[in-house]
Amino acid sequence: MIWLTWRQFRWQAISGAAILAVLAIVLGATGPGLATRYDQIGLPSCHAMCAALAQQFINELEFGTYGKLFYAGLVVMYLAPGLIGIFWGAPLISREFEHGTHRLAWSQSVTRTRWALGKLGFTWLVSVATVGLLALAITWWASPIDHALNYPQPSPRFDRLAPLVFGARGVAPLGYAAFAFALGVTAGVLIRRTVPAMAVTLVIFAGVQVVMPQLVRPHLIPPVQATAPFNANAADELAINTSGKGPATMTLVGNFSKPGALILSNQTITPSGRVFDGPPARVCLSNSAPPEACSNWLNSLHLRQLISYQPASRFWPLQGAETGIYLVLAAGLGGLCTWQIRRRRA
Amino acid sequence: MTAAIEASGLGKKYGRRWALSDCTLSIPVGRVVGLVGPNGAGKTTLLSLATGMLEPTTGTIRVLGGAPGSGPQQLARVGYVAQDTPTYAGLSVADHLRLGAHMNPGWDAGLATRRINQLGLVPDQKAGTLSGGQRAQLALTLAIAKRPELLILDEPIASLDPLARREFLQVLMETTAESQVSVIMSSHLVADLERIADYLVVLMSSRVQLAGEVDQLLASHQLLTGARRDPAALSPGQHIVTASHTDRQSTILVRSDAPVLDPSWTVSQIDLEDLVLAYMGLARTEAAGPAAPTAIKILEEQR
Amino acid sequence: MIWLAWRQFRAQAIVASAALVAVAMALLGTGPHLVSLFDSSGLATCQSGCGTDAGNFINQVKGSTTELIFYGGVFLVYAVPALIGLFWGAPLVAREFEAGTFRLAWSQSVTRARWIAVKLGLICLAGMATAGLLSLMTAWWASPLYQAAQKAGQNSLSINRLAPPLFGATGVAPIGYAAFGFVLGVTIGVLIRRTLPAMAVTLAIFAVIQIFWPTVVRPHLIPPVRSVQALSTANFDGITTLSGGQFVLSVTSVSGLPGGWFISSQPITAAGHAITTSPACVSKNNFIACLADHGVKLAVRYQPASRYWAFQWLDTGIFLVLGAGLGALCYWRVRRLS
Repeated sequence: MIWLTWRQFRWQAISGAAILAVLAIVLGATGPGLATRYDQIGLPSCHAMCAALAQQFINELEFGTYGKLFYAGLVVMYLAPGLIGIFWGAPLISREFEHGTHRLAWSQSVTRTRWALGKLGFTWLVSVATVGLLALAITWWASPIDHALNYPQPSPRFDRLAPLVFGARGVAPLGYAAFAFALGVTAGVLIRRTVPAMAVTLVIFAGVQVVMPQLVRPHLIPPVQATAPFNANAADELAINTSGKGPATMTLVGNFSKPGALILSNQTITPSGRVFDGPPARVCLSNSAPPEACSNWLNSLHLRQLISYQPASRFWPLQGAETGIYLVLAAGLGGLCTWQIRRRRA
Repeated sequence: MTAAIEASGLGKKYGRRWALSDCTLSIPVGRVVGLVGPNGAGKTTLLSLATGMLEPTTGTIRVLGGAPGSGPQQLARVGYVAQDTPTYAGLSVADHLRLGAHMNPGWDAGLATRRINQLGLVPDQKAGTLSGGQRAQLALTLAIAKRPELLILDEPIASLDPLARREFLQVLMETTAESQVSVIMSSHLVADLERIADYLVVLMSSRVQLAGEVDQLLASHQLLTGARRDPAALSPGQHIVTASHTDRQSTILVRSDAPVLDPSWTVSQIDLEDLVLAYMGLARTEAAGPAAPTAIKILEEQR
Repeated sequence: MIWLAWRQFRAQAIVASAALVAVAMALLGTGPHLVSLFDSSGLATCQSGCGTDAGNFINQVKGSTTELIFYGGVFLVYAVPALIGLFWGAPLVAREFEAGTFRLAWSQSVTRARWIAVKLGLICLAGMATAGLLSLMTAWWASPLYQAAQKAGQNSLSINRLAPPLFGATGVAPIGYAAFGFVLGVTIGVLIRRTLPAMAVTLAIFAVIQIFWPTVVRPHLIPPVRSVQALSTANFDGITTLSGGQFVLSVTSVSGLPGGWFISSQPITAAGHAITTSPACVSKNNFIACLADHGVKLAVRYQPASRYWAFQWLDTGIFLVLGAGLGALCYWRVRRLS
């Protein structure tokens, strides 16, 4: 059974290995240079001024080749599970149905269940292992950059918890690969034709990957709530909106600095608990008043910031929770597949 | 008169293997031709060359006087049902008829609908859910309804049950009776062809072993049985096809124009299947190389 | 023949239409919000000096779902030509070879040439229309953002139509990409004759081309303009000083050259020689001012914003020609196939 699965999977394995090899060469060629630069800057052993050094390191890289490779690494990690689901998962069983070879396979001395589990299990393991190797290689390559990004950054978009990076590091890609593969196989079993199964897998997987970071991930572990007094002089954003249709409103976003945290909401509320949205006092609207007048007025209102966030230390618990969910989904789909195969009247 | 198929030195090579070599044929129109040979003999290759699906490596072939597959007029004159009777699994029976109507100027819609109804096919049913026999009938209907002058059928009944086979051949016979269409049908079962073919071509080891009108072939071959003797003792004008000997008896298949009058031989007619098998056995032994001493067959060309 | 080509394409056409409708509804639903933000920022009536207003407007959009939708739209317009090549192009002929149905199609009274020509032509048009509609819809949705970028003047707010990330997702270029991607898929399908490998190869080739084209080929389609700028007029993406006094200046935009696409920039001495080290300024606080004091200027090579449509038509034209060439290869191969 294993031999048959391998033999049918051979070309896909070879092409996968070839792509991995190419990526390994690229990463291997550029990785040591990156690590050397990281050491040279002095970050590993820095005591003071670490944030500034990190900033400098990031600046150097951001718009050169290393920066482009970093982004490329993110793209590859997000594409890989999807491509595996489409090219390895969807055709696995649907190709057999299309060519009628399932009748040959099912009349050997192997039960359908064993056949299904053998094919599914073997190829699933190979898929997860491939993505695991990829994740390992890219995480190793990017570790200097990841370390530097965990210091306070002016635009904290690429630290570990940021939506764009979270799914490309740690064990999350393994969960995605497991799920995408199982989704592909299930689509193939239910639809029984390869190309439509590939399309359906693509659409569903893309949908899940877009929805998950937005709606599900922030609430996997109940976020930490914090409050702080609102200081208009140090605010992140102080905007007055005049739309001409009614009174002007204000948008206030206070400063909240927790390096590496994922900020879910940052609202400025009045002492009574309502979100503050203006109207702005005259001093804020007039051009002749000094700028501090508006800030002083705002500070006199005793506004507070209400922040909901996931601290940086929750990276691994969140990774575990998300991977767990995807693995459960994958297992469920795998069970559905096997059940369908057993049920199917050839 | 134009021949249905005129081939001269036709050959087709795949890589290093000759699938068909040195094929020279002149098949007249108005016949039902049986193309017989074992699997791998080159039947599909020959028919694919005749329909323009393949290009010859050597030699030429002309179908109904024109080059195969060259232009809509030529395509309209030839109907083709390929091996495994491919149909579009996602299209319904009615869709297939529409396909024929749109893509063939000579399409006879009434004929097509009549046939489908006679066969009991449901118009809305997807071709992928039809049985093998039904698919073959659908493919045949598509080929017939475009009113071709020549129908080329590549092993259309190979995977059909006896009932479906009989129905298919019945439809084919009705068609040839109605419309004077020439038919070339390949098969590896001679019994099927025996009932309908009036011209026979035997292909073996990529070569044409035998070609001619069935009546003539049967009339000119005789099976001689008698006491064991050296076949060289036969009179000239009689070509030995095969000879087999036991301790006391010789059985010789002979091709001759005149009847064999030697009283020491018992003369009997051979049936088509045995004739074909004899020629195929001949080709196999030839292909095996120069005769070993125990070979049971000799070919003598007597001038 | 047209009937058959349409009938076989029907399911894919329905899926594409449904997807377009879904995207249209999503864009219609979120468009008005962006428009209201634009209106309330006062940019609609602003004539000059709109930089701050534009900056405020963009800050409101940044980090919100609207920004996500914008980039989602960009990603979609890039993805659609690839998907068309993958799901419409590669299986078109390969599927017929795999199932043997080409024998049925080629034995009707239609020559192979007509068969492949109609299939190629009809579905290529459908693909181009899909990509074009999508580009139109996303352009309509994002017009407030592009207007803000135009009015912002020098800064362009990192919404640069001409520069690579956004260029291929706007205007008519996606139409050319879709045509090329489709014909590429069909050609690979004709050469390889099996659907799944054809899909994989098409994806790989198309992706490689789309990655290398904007960085290696497009910048040189029209020779860039060279200009020497004072350091003070440039906005830098990154000013980085490496050890040993080496420095790298990465230019985002130059005041006075709004919307330009900066291909390369090189600090030069007053005499015109390129320099990469300036030990004298390394640890100074105002690095740029120090360099300027030393007479260093910036030699930039860029494509001006006015060339946007020239590049659009160039890209579209080139990809259409490439597609036509591949189509001819396809046509010839199918006719000659044995």
